[in-house]
Amino acid sequence: MSPVLSPLSRRSFLTGGALVVSFALVPKAFAQLAGGGEGGTGPAVVAPDLKGSLKSTPWLDAWIRIEADGRVTVFTGKVELGQGIRTALTQVAAEELDIPPAAITLVTADTERTPDEGLTAGSHSMQDSGTAIQNAAANVRMLLAAEAARVWNLPADQVTTGGDARLRAPDGRTLPYGEVAARLSLHVQAVPDAPLRKPSDYRTLGQELPRVDIPAKLTGGAAYLHDMRLPGMLHARVVRGPSVGTGLQSPDIDAVARMPGVVKIVRQGRFLAVVAERQWTAIQAMRHLQRAAYERTASPLPADGTGDAVVATLKAMPARDIPIMDTSEPAGPAVHSVRARYTRPWISHGSIGPSCAIAQYMEGRMTVWTHSQGTFDVHRVVAELLGLPPEKVHAIHAEGAGCYGQNGADDAAADAAVIARAVPGRPIRLQWMREQEFGWEPLGPGMMTELEAALGADNRIVSWRHAVWSNPHNNRPVGAGGVLAGNEADPPFPVPEGKPIPMPEGDGSRNSNPLYSFANTHVVYHFLKDMPARVSALRSLGAHLNVFSIESMLDELAAGAGIDPLAIRLDHMRDERARDVMQAAADRFGWSKRPRGDGRSGCGMAFARYKNLGAYCAVALEVEVDRETGRTLVRRAVAAVDCGQPANPDGLRNQIEGGLVQSLSWTGREAVRFAADRRASFDWSSYPILRFDDVPGSIEVVVMDRPGVPFLGTAEAAQGPSAAALANAIADATGVRLRDMPLSPDRLKAALGPV
Amino acid sequence: MTVTLTVNGADHALEVDPSTPLLYVLRDDLELNGAKYGCGLGQCGACTVHIDGKPAFSCLTPVGAVAGRRIRTVEGLGSAEAPGLLQQAFEKEQAAQCGYCIAGMIMRAQALLDRVPDPDEAQIRAHMQTNLCRCGTHMRILRAVRRAVAMRKGVQAAQEVRP
Repeated sequence: MSPVLSPLSRRSFLTGGALVVSFALVPKAFAQLAGGGEGGTGPAVVAPDLKGSLKSTPWLDAWIRIEADGRVTVFTGKVELGQGIRTALTQVAAEELDIPPAAITLVTADTERTPDEGLTAGSHSMQDSGTAIQNAAANVRMLLAAEAARVWNLPADQVTTGGDARLRAPDGRTLPYGEVAARLSLHVQAVPDAPLRKPSDYRTLGQELPRVDIPAKLTGGAAYLHDMRLPGMLHARVVRGPSVGTGLQSPDIDAVARMPGVVKIVRQGRFLAVVAERQWTAIQAMRHLQRAAYERTASPLPADGTGDAVVATLKAMPARDIPIMDTSEPAGPAVHSVRARYTRPWISHGSIGPSCAIAQYMEGRMTVWTHSQGTFDVHRVVAELLGLPPEKVHAIHAEGAGCYGQNGADDAAADAAVIARAVPGRPIRLQWMREQEFGWEPLGPGMMTELEAALGADNRIVSWRHAVWSNPHNNRPVGAGGVLAGNEADPPFPVPEGKPIPMPEGDGSRNSNPLYSFANTHVVYHFLKDMPARVSALRSLGAHLNVFSIESMLDELAAGAGIDPLAIRLDHMRDERARDVMQAAADRFGWSKRPRGDGRSGCGMAFARYKNLGAYCAVALEVEVDRETGRTLVRRAVAAVDCGQPANPDGLRNQIEGGLVQSLSWTGREAVRFAADRRASFDWSSYPILRFDDVPGSIEVVVMDRPGVPFLGTAEAAQGPSAAALANAIADATGVRLRDMPLSPDRLKAALGPV
Repeated sequence: MTVTLTVNGADHALEVDPSTPLLYVLRDDLELNGAKYGCGLGQCGACTVHIDGKPAFSCLTPVGAVAGRRIRTVEGLGSAEAPGLLQQAFEKEQAAQCGYCIAGMIMRAQALLDRVPDPDEAQIRAHMQTNLCRCGTHMRILRAVRRAVAMRKGVQAAQEVRP
């Protein structure tokens, strides 16, 4: 099983005539799975038999290089977003190479150094990159062992490793990896069946390694793109109206051009930016220009408000109906049925650090440092926007503040590139202001669902109908029309028409197909391509409202029929891992002995398997409601998660805790406000999120131990279940069922009526 | 105009417009990364530093107003090689996700520790209320502050129940 040595370089392989045919033969499902699963332009699948991103980049030296002196570099096309992927991928590589994690240098997305793995999104990084690195490392370890065996004239299976980057012979002789690697070329394709290390032998995978990026973040080290200072760097601010779809009428450019310290005013089409030696000068110049009157330049915004306002906006738009699921089975007559509508307003990503980018144009080459989730997409966008040949653009990821989807990062990268092109030679640091992030980033779309379900006499669900209305959640820029600077160019690059993401991943439809076994299930996605507000991916996409709807409905049915919420779920779930996760959360929570709703406190639970493909997650909450104010406090939360082999259990707990708190904030408090001509949420007072007083009393996360089981993406798994568990706990506590987000104090107080 | 700033014990004479917010001077002139731009409005706390021992939003503080006053940033508490008490506690609890808010969180918490020897949970939460975290790292941040209090008292921090 020696790997096939190929005389072709990677580039000639990707462009060579005869081999291109194989792309067309790749089944469509593979194409969907490549590239982060959330749009973007993922790389083509060239090796469908391999696992994870090896399908699109099968060459071992694209992932792992070992120098003669023993230095090991691992390359990933995914990026650190604060989710801890840098640490988790290092652990995966260390385990399968069988070397200490500290010996590894990990390089994240860089268009000239790493594989293109599409977006870092959709909880795909462990599945795509973790799996690729795991298998690439196993291949490399196999090749090293075979080469050492050749040196020692031994059968390959006699050579072992001991975790110290040395190959071992049975007689005690050893050879360092570097020395053996120097005898080999790793420019070979992976084979699909290189043996993986046994879970019982794991040294690094599954350990709670401290995150490698945290020390710098605690001590003021250079941790973010925002902290980069390049020689001769200038500061820029982009000048726009108050929010997307507005323009300034006649900004006072002459006055600003005369301000001391202003280096340049960049005006191209409707794009306007100021460049200054000092950051404060750039901000003052921007503020002066923003004094101009603004006008609305786009179609009307959504109606302000939640609940009925969301419905009015969505139902007024033409829909394309996409069938998601249609089953029919013989079932008994309906005894008890519930019909309900659930809504979610538009939600902001609310990154704590407004988007930033640095760009430098020198000798015809553009370099852009970006915290976008799609480094390779930034490369494509900038090349098209500036009309540069692709090889003259270099995009490099550097970490930003948490983004939770498509915030302003891609737009800021394009803004910086346009400005840098106009000021050749000098690095340009562009940062958006707080109100620009709120006003111009794509929002998480407003959504609604209508569900109707019925229980039979035996307490089994005999019919289930779920309809969801949503804009596309995937408007990730893959060309210049996807970014604001492209829309503002002269002539403008038009905003591309929104498209749905097909199932199994889905976008507005994500998780609308219940994992439960219900008889006569009918699910339809009313896809709304016209977008009254600029929208794109927000963590978990449609799963937030779809899971909220399904799991609320289950509790509504259970309450009507006097069934325990855990029992109705287990009764309709065949997937053993799903059952285990629900039971684990229930056991840790003490579900069977929980305090029952008494008007002021109560408990709720919910479950989902993210996309029905990713991690399994169950959440149980105990809440306390202040009937005078409508304020809901989560006393305690328990979550259980099964994501296959945990790479780093503490990292997983961190993600689930964070997802749970963030979902409580979205679900309990948040809604973007709209004025007639602009967004009316522009700061943290007009868009409040959860603060320390409102976070749970405690959160416990149970991580299921699944040794050696394939990785499942986890980062978004808690969003849906946490939302539904909150609604279910409030209903248990008060008897009031809230179906319109946010489940805010005002809404609950109104529903509870006079005290 | 020349402004003399005392930051983490060292004096710096800077040629700067006195209306410039302290944040930009710390970041751009003194090349200190700890204080972050989050909102420029005093609503999120990412830019928190201490001025004469009290927590302050450096994004709202004109540099001309703090000449000669004692300014402390997260860099003044310790380094990655020799972390201070709170930095050790945050590391121990892995109390960061994206971490953009964390330097501000640490400076905010330090102000409480400087004033109150043994704050209870309600005091800690109330004190931290001014600072926003979007990743939902609140529980770990609270644990880290409790751990720092316990470390200072010389006892082992109460072990969290772990599955």
